[in-house]
Amino acid sequence: MSRFLVKSELPYCKGCGHHLIVRNTVKALEAIGMEPLDVVLVTDIGCHGIVDGNFATHTVHGLHGRSVALAAGIAMGLPPEKKVIVYIGDGGATIGLQHILEAARMNVDITVVLHNNMLYGMTGGQPSGLTPTGFRTVLTPQGYPLPHHDIPRLVLDAGAPFAARVIAPGDFADVLRQALEVEGFSLVEVLGICVSYGVKMNPDLRLKELARQAGYEPGVWTGPTRPAFRPARRETTSLLETLAVSQRYSSPLEGRLTLILGGSAGEGVQQAAELLAQAAMSAGLYATKKGSYPVTVGVGFSVAEVVLSRTPIFYHGVSQPDAVIITSADGLANQRERIHPMKGGILWLDESLPVPETGAEVRVRDFRGRAGARNAGLYALLTFLRETGVVPPEAFVKTVQESPLGKHVDLAAL
Amino acid sequence: MHPTHPVLTDGSRLIAEACVRAGADAYVGYPITPASLIFFYASRRFPIALPAPDEITALQWMAGLSAAGHLPVTATSFPGFALMVESVNMAYMMELPMLVILVQRLGPATGTATAGAQGDLLLLNGLISGGYPLPVLCISDLEDCWRLPPIALQTAVDLRTPVVLLTSKEMVMTQESFDLARLEEISPVRRTFYEGPGPYCAYDAGDGLVPPFVPVGDGRHQVRLNASTHDRCGIIRHTSDEAMANTRRLEAKVETMTPILYTLDEQEGAETLVVTCDITTGAAREAVETLRAEGVPVSLLVARTLLPVPTVYHDIIGRYPRAVIAEENHQGQLARLLFGRRLPPNVRTVTAVGRMIRPDEIAREVTR
Ligand code: SF4
Repeated sequence: MSRFLVKSELPYCKGCGHHLIVRNTVKALEAIGMEPLDVVLVTDIGCHGIVDGNFATHTVHGLHGRSVALAAGIAMGLPPEKKVIVYIGDGGATIGLQHILEAARMNVDITVVLHNNMLYGMTGGQPSGLTPTGFRTVLTPQGYPLPHHDIPRLVLDAGAPFAARVIAPGDFADVLRQALEVEGFSLVEVLGICVSYGVKMNPDLRLKELARQAGYEPGVWTGPTRPAFRPARRETTSLLETLAVSQRYSSPLEGRLTLILGGSAGEGVQQAAELLAQAAMSAGLYATKKGSYPVTVGVGFSVAEVVLSRTPIFYHGVSQPDAVIITSADGLANQRERIHPMKGGILWLDESLPVPETGAEVRVRDFRGRAGARNAGLYALLTFLRETGVVPPEAFVKTVQESPLGKHVDLAAL
Repeated sequence: MHPTHPVLTDGSRLIAEACVRAGADAYVGYPITPASLIFFYASRRFPIALPAPDEITALQWMAGLSAAGHLPVTATSFPGFALMVESVNMAYMMELPMLVILVQRLGPATGTATAGAQGDLLLLNGLISGGYPLPVLCISDLEDCWRLPPIALQTAVDLRTPVVLLTSKEMVMTQESFDLARLEEISPVRRTFYEGPGPYCAYDAGDGLVPPFVPVGDGRHQVRLNASTHDRCGIIRHTSDEAMANTRRLEAKVETMTPILYTLDEQEGAETLVVTCDITTGAAREAVETLRAEGVPVSLLVARTLLPVPTVYHDIIGRYPRAVIAEENHQGQLARLLFGRRLPPNVRTVTAVGRMIRPDEIAREVTR
């Protein structure tokens, strides 16, 4: 018995094509001189998947169709001298086709052995995406009506450096050896017969003839070679290093102030609000800032909620804002429901906008005209600070200057 | 207290940094709001960061990396998590440590990607086919964003299991002033691989509940991992006694070894206990402070271990004449988890959908 096996009697039906695949795999592994513990065999769900117990290699038995992705993860996590082999059936290749294409596109270092017996053997002989036209299955006794996927061609298209198709029976250990020697993705499709369901439904079946009619041509194909995908370990630096906000100003705020900045997406609303929160911190306040916007980030409303407080903030929602600052029609439309019931507080409104019904004091100002749409939010917040003094306006100007925005905006000049 | 290292930060940044400091070395991501910010930070910070083509692949890669000895992390939201469920079951059965951060948003289905929610707790309860428990820890504030990832990762390693770290949109995306000086140093998770004599069996836990771990590819021991029902050595079995005992062990280890994390802030004379978790903790804290300032004694239980449900929660709640459970979903999922669909008459819920629960809503229910 080969050193790659712990048990030579395989768990398949007598005459099943899968026997040949195991024998040829073992022969190929012996030919390239690997040791069993240098090999990881990843199996899918299907008759082929119960063979794990026969192998002396590492074995991993996963989910239906996902073996290629699982094997890709293993290969990405192991040093290159380890060999990762996938056993998958035509059913697994159908449900997991994307994993095969992605592994080929990435050129992950795995060898996929596709057991194509043209139907789902384990579940009773249903057709798969690799069942050829006219092939009879329990669900298609008149013959399968659709064409099959050509997996070697698909993986070559996706960038695989090696793909092959062999027709069992026969000795195809050398094709498997070539595949195993590829550094990167390789796939060998082995066309075989399920004696239990394939032969039962197609008693006059001649595999070679069927393969020829179906266009399942045997062959070995190569694509351009390129390095196998291996994620390198990087040195990275802490995410916390450049963040500190130092206190340089003071604020007269005693309690808490809640503020809404409403404008249009793409006009820097979120960034302006974030800078206000930082400026407030530089004046010794606690601050929170959260954003609300539709899923499209470049169109529609963009609303920021800011809470400034002398004491720690546990709840950062804003239900009845003290200040609402609206710079665009999108912002007004989105905040109308909140502005309408306001009984106090102040609404700052760009002069281009209609004054909505509200119990808040309304202050109409020219934000867009003076600062332009892109900086209307920043300028509106500066106006708010100049008129309320909640945070010294110079704290905000300084924060903006020191931010990446500082190079592009001269807030002090506005 | 005066801050000594004040920053404006979101929870995502702290989570990503904490994971790496705790020894997580691989992040596998697929973009989804509101978890993409974690993906962004993780891509800058993790030693290995891989963008996956979909969430099924993400979890499969993580399982592969974990099998090879790495400690992988991902973050997602319901639509992505739904795709991961079968693979989470696989990793659970194979006993592969990993961390899945689930950032809740408003459902059902795609729901509203940019609105927060606490709607996935009942999904997690029963996620593993057969009802086997999955450890679920829940973040309640920025400090938890730092403190819980290392605990979750240590749990994943110690129990050889996927762990879910539950959070929600406003927790990981809202920026808050925060004093980094409050954060404690993080030490890397303690992890050893079995190096003893063979034969090694990947699921032989000996006298304990968790089998020692050897990565696949090991040069000394053969490793067999299996997602199907299997014996001690990872060989597929139908329903043999040994295999069923192995499956039952999965439940026993999670039930007995998941850390029990909560904060109980009790006040003498309090008749009501507020129970909460996740983003609603902030509103509950504020409600409790306000009530106490007004002379209404009230206690607060912040649950961090959500699954398996620590029985101590029942003990604590049982000590109070009244309990108010506050959570951001329609049904009262934490309440249902604790008491089923028929709540005891002295237990009330405060719920909301599509918005955060306000402190005044909790305070009103306490004084009602
Ligand atoms: S059912 Fe078909 S595929 Fe499965 S072992 Fe038997 S012959 Fe082979």
